[in-house]
Amino acid sequence: MTGNKAGKVKPFMVFFLLPSILIYTGFLLLPILDSMRLSFYSGSGLIPDKFVGFDNYVKLFTRFPFKNRMLNAFSNNIKFFFIVTLIQNIFGFFIAFFVTRKIIGKGFFRKISFLPTTLSVLVVGFLFKLILNPVWGIFDKMLAAVGLDELIRPWLGDPLTALPVLAIVVSWQFMGESVLFYTAGIDAIPEEVTEAALIDGATPLQELWYIILPSILPIIGIVTILIFIGDFTQFDIVYAMSTTMANPAYGTDLFGSLFYRTAFSTPVRGGWGMGMGAAVSTVMFVIVFTGVMVWLYFFKLKEKKND
Amino acid sequence: MTKHIFKRRFTNTILFAFLSLYAVSILYPIILMFLTSFKTTREIFTNPFGLPASFEFTSYIKLLTVSNYLTYFRNSIFVTIISLGTIIVITSTASFVLAKYNFKWKNFLYLFFVAGMIIPIRLGTISILKLMIGMHANDTLFSVIIVGIAVGIPFGIFILTDFIKMIPEELSAAARIDGCSEPAIFRIVVIPLLRPALAAVAIINYIPIWNDFWFPLVFLKSDSVKTVPLATALLFGQYQTNYALVFAVLSMASIPVMLFYIIFSKYFVQGLSSGALKG
Repeated sequence: MTGNKAGKVKPFMVFFLLPSILIYTGFLLLPILDSMRLSFYSGSGLIPDKFVGFDNYVKLFTRFPFKNRMLNAFSNNIKFFFIVTLIQNIFGFFIAFFVTRKIIGKGFFRKISFLPTTLSVLVVGFLFKLILNPVWGIFDKMLAAVGLDELIRPWLGDPLTALPVLAIVVSWQFMGESVLFYTAGIDAIPEEVTEAALIDGATPLQELWYIILPSILPIIGIVTILIFIGDFTQFDIVYAMSTTMANPAYGTDLFGSLFYRTAFSTPVRGGWGMGMGAAVSTVMFVIVFTGVMVWLYFFKLKEKKND
Repeated sequence: MTKHIFKRRFTNTILFAFLSLYAVSILYPIILMFLTSFKTTREIFTNPFGLPASFEFTSYIKLLTVSNYLTYFRNSIFVTIISLGTIIVITSTASFVLAKYNFKWKNFLYLFFVAGMIIPIRLGTISILKLMIGMHANDTLFSVIIVGIAVGIPFGIFILTDFIKMIPEELSAAARIDGCSEPAIFRIVVIPLLRPALAAVAIINYIPIWNDFWFPLVFLKSDSVKTVPLATALLFGQYQTNYALVFAVLSMASIPVMLFYIIFSKYFVQGLSSGALKG
């Protein structure tokens, strides 16, 4: 590498590095560790101060209603993640594949796909809540206009549709991210490779299967792990479309909304105190950490082996 | 051969139709949001799909009079500018050291920072709240700013370290011969070349900072420190039945980010794509 006197740390280097180290450690890393520590404490105030050992976890995993709420959030979160992952990967990939072909206006389509991603989840959630609102009924009117009246239902009030609707709205918003990543992956394939294949008479489908898909495998991994992390900490969409009570009857409760309610709501609205909140966020950390480890194992370590 | 060309045209037409449908599904809800904000409440129900008969700014005027919207807006701008400014300054200095010098723990330090890109800071909220109460910073804009900076550091270092590594070492060596100190090399040689990368870091961090709802919701209670997303939630709850006003609220929160994206979309694509490929 470069630099003159290699190896020596000079005062200016410390000065240059320190602000980032301090803020990053003090306000991001340590708080996550400290939250884990607080999960072993209990107390009615804003700061839990009584050491209770594993009590919070025992409550969370074995007792009513804690256990039921957590398992409910877990199963909802899995379904939510599953729907978002399928939609964003499949549609995202095909849209990226299409906008990398010779199509009129492909630059426009690329640009427009990222537009919803720039909006806040809160605004998008509120917007679709209004669109699906049965009183205004603009979505229901559209369905009626194409003869699908039979499908009309209280989208956010029906336990069967509420969660999938939230997942679809989130996918709609973040599709742009998948498209952007997949497009970058396809663009990075050397032109000679594609051209050689086309000269050899490969059909577009063969190109897709034998050239594009293998080279974007790592991107499938990145898109999926980002969705995983985002979905298992997702809160804003539940807040906007189903309130912090995750209507109907916790039917749209995700870990993010469970965490918020537990830690920051009053007992009447589902608050369990900060200690329990810390326990919930620690469970979330374990889930996210496990997801990242699985991703590293399948996508990163394998990559290294192939090198 | 003609058959081949015909087939290809046919496929491309289908792809084009599909993409157009997708574009409509994206644009329609957004356009609907803006158009509806210019309608009267009566018109919203009698003519939900069409253009407004006349563009009424009543809802926007009402928004500014019934709430302290200008304060919320000013707060958001303040938080965004201070956070982005600090991120740029402290991550560029840190990246300079990480990219250009050799020392023990260097690689560890880089990984230590970059790992932050996949650590959801929300999971530390309880402890951060405790910290803010201890610092008497709860319910101040400082609380939201410092968290925004912490979240922005990993991505800033990731992008800038890479960029600084590409700056030829000969430039620094020449400056050194001319008697420049190392910090002066950073200021005179590196910073001017770093501008596009700094822009990318600022632009990509702008969206999550402007849109953050979680931390303001937890930290900010007084009306005078509320930011735009927090005000959006507040006003949406308060005026739920006044459709025209609610749509104005949603539009106001979206205009700054959408305009920003439309102007700077090139930077988004470059910055984020490089992240995806190196990942």
